[in-house]
Amino acid sequence: MARLLPRKDVVIMGLGWTGAVLAQELTDAGLDVVAIERGPWRDTATDFNIGYMPDELRFSVRKELFLSPVVEAMTMRNNADQVALPMRDYGSFLPGHGVGGAGVHWNGYVWRFFGSDFQLKTHLSKRYGARRVSELQLEDWGVSYDELEHCFDRFEYLTGTSGKAGNLKGQKIEGGNVFEDARARDYPTPPLKMPYAAALFMETARGLGLHPFPAPAANLSQPYVNPLGVAMGQCTYCGFCERFGCANYSKATPQTTILPVLMKKKNFEARTECEVLKINLHPDGKTASGVIYVDRSGEEYEQPADIILLCGYGLMNVRMLLLSGIGKAYDATTGEGTVGRNYCYQTQGAGVRLIFEGKHFNPFIGTGALAAVIDDFNGDAFDHSSLDFVGGAGISCGTSNGRPIGYRPTPQGTPRWGAKWKKAVAETYQNTMGIGAQGSSYPVRGNYLDLDPTYKDRFGRPLLRVTFDFPDNDLRMANYMSGQLTKIGRAMNPRELTVSHAGKGWNSVPYQTTHNTGGATMGANPRTSVVNRYLQSWDVSNLFVIGASAFQNNAGKNPTGTVGALAYWAAEAIRDRYLKKPGALVGT
Amino acid sequence: MLRGQKPSRRRFLASASALPILAITGHAQAANISGHLPWEAFAGEPPRPVNPMGWYFLTPAEAATVEAIVDRLIPADHLSVGGKDAGCAIFIDRQLAGSFGKSSRLYMKGPFAKGLPTQGYQAELTPAARYRDGLRALEAHVRGAHGKGFAQLSGEQQDEILAGLESGKIELKLAPGLSTRGFFDLVLENTMEGFFADPLYGGNKGLAGWKLVGFPGARYDYRDHVDKHNVPYPRGPVSIYGET
Repeated sequence: MARLLPRKDVVIMGLGWTGAVLAQELTDAGLDVVAIERGPWRDTATDFNIGYMPDELRFSVRKELFLSPVVEAMTMRNNADQVALPMRDYGSFLPGHGVGGAGVHWNGYVWRFFGSDFQLKTHLSKRYGARRVSELQLEDWGVSYDELEHCFDRFEYLTGTSGKAGNLKGQKIEGGNVFEDARARDYPTPPLKMPYAAALFMETARGLGLHPFPAPAANLSQPYVNPLGVAMGQCTYCGFCERFGCANYSKATPQTTILPVLMKKKNFEARTECEVLKINLHPDGKTASGVIYVDRSGEEYEQPADIILLCGYGLMNVRMLLLSGIGKAYDATTGEGTVGRNYCYQTQGAGVRLIFEGKHFNPFIGTGALAAVIDDFNGDAFDHSSLDFVGGAGISCGTSNGRPIGYRPTPQGTPRWGAKWKKAVAETYQNTMGIGAQGSSYPVRGNYLDLDPTYKDRFGRPLLRVTFDFPDNDLRMANYMSGQLTKIGRAMNPRELTVSHAGKGWNSVPYQTTHNTGGATMGANPRTSVVNRYLQSWDVSNLFVIGASAFQNNAGKNPTGTVGALAYWAAEAIRDRYLKKPGALVGT
Repeated sequence: MLRGQKPSRRRFLASASALPILAITGHAQAANISGHLPWEAFAGEPPRPVNPMGWYFLTPAEAATVEAIVDRLIPADHLSVGGKDAGCAIFIDRQLAGSFGKSSRLYMKGPFAKGLPTQGYQAELTPAARYRDGLRALEAHVRGAHGKGFAQLSGEQQDEILAGLESGKIELKLAPGLSTRGFFDLVLENTMEGFFADPLYGGNKGLAGWKLVGFPGARYDYRDHVDKHNVPYPRGPVSIYGET
């Protein structure tokens, strides 16, 4: 029997980026907020200690900061004809764990999706005709870029993002991303210094008539104090960024931007090492009464609250809805139901590797988001009239790290061991660079999330089942990108150029990207979305589901910037609309 | 206590720490935090360098085989010492004795089914058990074919056997669900981990792996060099415990 606790105004599941933003905003509005976090408390000085953070084995290979499958695993299959089996170790993607969530060990790219990404169905149908996109299950998000602009701005200024504007109030600026939608002001800090590989790429891209720019990075180019008064330091290009906590206070994380202020508030409480088991509903099923959670000793509690915020990693948000019986689970055979619908990923796999002679790329001098990028072939920035796909990719030349357990390039045909391997790896390490394409991922009927019928977690609850393969449209897009990458790569005159292609059969083993989106999507229609335009559940009006789970489609960009913007958007809706008149913010 | 739940993160052993020999230090971490940042001095978990003496998981005979293998995967030449002198076998032994060897952070609930390649490793055996089984089967194969143990063969013969394991020419008689190529890949992966990980884990002795490729290790600040394009980095590697 769960122990009943005193009521709170707001209970938040998960204290990562979205949980921290919502807690900060709603405690400012005077609410009494508790965040329930499955993992441990983590702070920079203790857990991301500069004395031992640069440890590739511990943090990158053995994945110490990540969610362990023993705590929560997921099952996977490529299509409904296969039997899903558990990913016994996480490989393709690595969810976060503990205070700060994946915001601790991310790279730090802070992108704004294009305006067209939020209205993809309408936009593409208008431009190319509805038949062009009939193989996809596209939906509009119910919110526009213009409505979100100030929310993107808030997240960029919270995180101190280093970058250069390419479209300031409609005025295009050379050297920034000229394909971005209009922004009200420039980034809070200037771009990072470009390393050698990125500089070569930019020069070549410009020569080809393309528009390279430095990626917007929450690895700060200079010291910065954010609007909450929290100070951050300058990035040292240490090369231990993604998969690691930042010891320099220079990568934006909840720890370096919000928690120093939030944790001191009397009306905020964090309960760590406590896992939410389910959301309880009132007998009418239309509002939630609170959550049941279990602490690290195994004792169960019931935390009643007026407002429930699901702020876990997107995949966990979806699972919590399914475990709590909220909303109608998506059925891929009939296309009915919404929870688990429109799961998307990121179409990786298109890339070129260039090996030169006599160069010194110093690959170990890097940061998570240190890259030169072109958006000439991203989203719908280019004309698809004569192409056999929709969507696109951000093409980038990044230098994130040269950590040698993971990064040991050798020329084609080199053995994997022995004297020849040794000679090759010694020669090639300094002479290699790469260019990659991060492709959009669009929804199709057969890609979805539901509960696994066989495998259970440590509490006996079903694991989430991921049914996914790369849609044909996205593979045609990725192949087009391999061609573009080859053109750019050849223009750089390497000794050896290796092209990689994306293919059918999503593999859960090699790392690709932790950009899992959808499953609790937002929209204007309750038959094709789980939450309304304010991220409020259509079924349970005091429940908001916040994260990349709300995306109807994933763009050719890292999702965190858009996740941050949606967090501010939802916080404003709760503060300015819901508190004044609790209940459904959008009629059905 | 529930399976997989930690009593406290402050008691939790670093998952990559090779040996479960740390004393349990027990200041309880409050789970309810409000009104302050819950920072405490000296609460971190610095890694402990492995004890270089003896074997913790491998038997002496197994250790001799592993030393011979790592010395062929990474042979000594003018570029660097070999895998054995770089400590790769010690690294593997300590890893197998610790969290990695026991799969303690992985999902190990059944049913165990034969999966598709896209579903990853699906057998029930942990890395420690796979080494025990694989080394037994390798010794049995070598004794059958050559009349002596792997470690007693010439370098050339050893290379031929390793190439056979890699290519599928040799099929070891392994426990159900295991493949010869899978065993070879595991050993190769762990050998490379040992050669290129921080030396505190027992491998990369004298920073041999880092010197081979020119990786500066735990330096952590390159602000003075990021825009020196195409210029070799002037400083050599340094380890977490300050070895240069």
